[in-house]
Amino acid sequence: MSTIQSVPLNAYILLSSVIFSIGVIGVLVRRNAIVIFMSVELMLNAVNLLLTAFSVYLGDASGQVFVFFIMALAAAEVAIGLAIIVMIYRNTNSIDINVLNRLKW
Amino acid sequence: MNTFYFIAFLSVFFSILVISAKNPVHSILYLILTFFTFTIHYILLNAQFLAIVNFIVYMGAILVLFLYTLMLMNLNKDSEQPKSSLVKIAAVIGGGCFLITIIAAVKALAPSDYVVLKDTNLGLVKNLGKTLFNEYLLPFEVSSVLLLSAMVGAVLLATKDPKATA
Repeated sequence: MSTIQSVPLNAYILLSSVIFSIGVIGVLVRRNAIVIFMSVELMLNAVNLLLTAFSVYLGDASGQVFVFFIMALAAAEVAIGLAIIVMIYRNTNSIDINVLNRLKW
Repeated sequence: MNTFYFIAFLSVFFSILVISAKNPVHSILYLILTFFTFTIHYILLNAQFLAIVNFIVYMGAILVLFLYTLMLMNLNKDSEQPKSSLVKIAAVIGGGCFLITIIAAVKALAPSDYVVLKDTNLGLVKNLGKTLFNEYLLPFEVSSVLLLSAMVGAVLLATKDPKATA
C-alpha cells in the first residue's frame, strides 16, 4: 500500500498519455497490419490503466467495471480484426496495408 | 526510487520497442512484456481482479492469438518495406503534438493529490462482482451477445467460402 501513496495522479495521466501517443505513432509509422493492430491494443491498455487509476483515486468501483468491459470488447475486436487480416492475406498474399490503397477510391 | 516510476519507465521503454522492432514476432514479444508491466501497475493499484484478467486475457489469450496468426502467415521471405522518412517524421510530429497538448493541459491543472487507496477491498473480486451484477447487469448481458457475434463473425470471415472458390 505504501507504494501507491507517493504517486500523484498526474503521473498516471502522463504515463497513459505517453503510451497512448506511442500507440498513435505506431499506427502511423508501421505498414504491417498486425503491428498496427498491436499499437491499437497499446492505446486501449493506456486508457485501461488511466481508468483504473481514477477509479482508485475516487474510490469508485465503476471505473474498474468499465475496464472489464473494455477488455471483453478488445477480445472481440482482436478476433474479428485478425480474421479480417487473415482474409486480406489470402486475397493479396501480403499484410502490407499499402497494397490496399485501392480502398481509397 | 519509487516502484511506480521504475515500472512506468519499463512500460514506456517496451512500448517504444514494440513499434520500432523490425521483426513482427519481436514486436509481439515486447508487447507481452509491456502488458506484464501493466499487470504490475494494476497490482500496485490493488486492482487484483484486473491484474489477473489482464494477465490471463491479454497476455494469455490475445497475444497467443496474435502469435498464431503471425505463424500462419509466412512473412519471413519478404520483410516489411519501411515507409518513407517524410511519413515517419510527420507521424512522430503528429503523435508528439498530441502528447504536448495533453502535457500542457495537465500542467494547467493544479498539482494533483496522491492516489491513495481509501477502501482496501475496492479492486477485489467480491466488491467488483457486486457492482457488476447490480448496476451493470444489462451491459454485462449485452457483452455476451457481443462476444457471440464476434465469434460467429470470426468463423465466417476466416473460413473459406466453398461456393466462392468452387
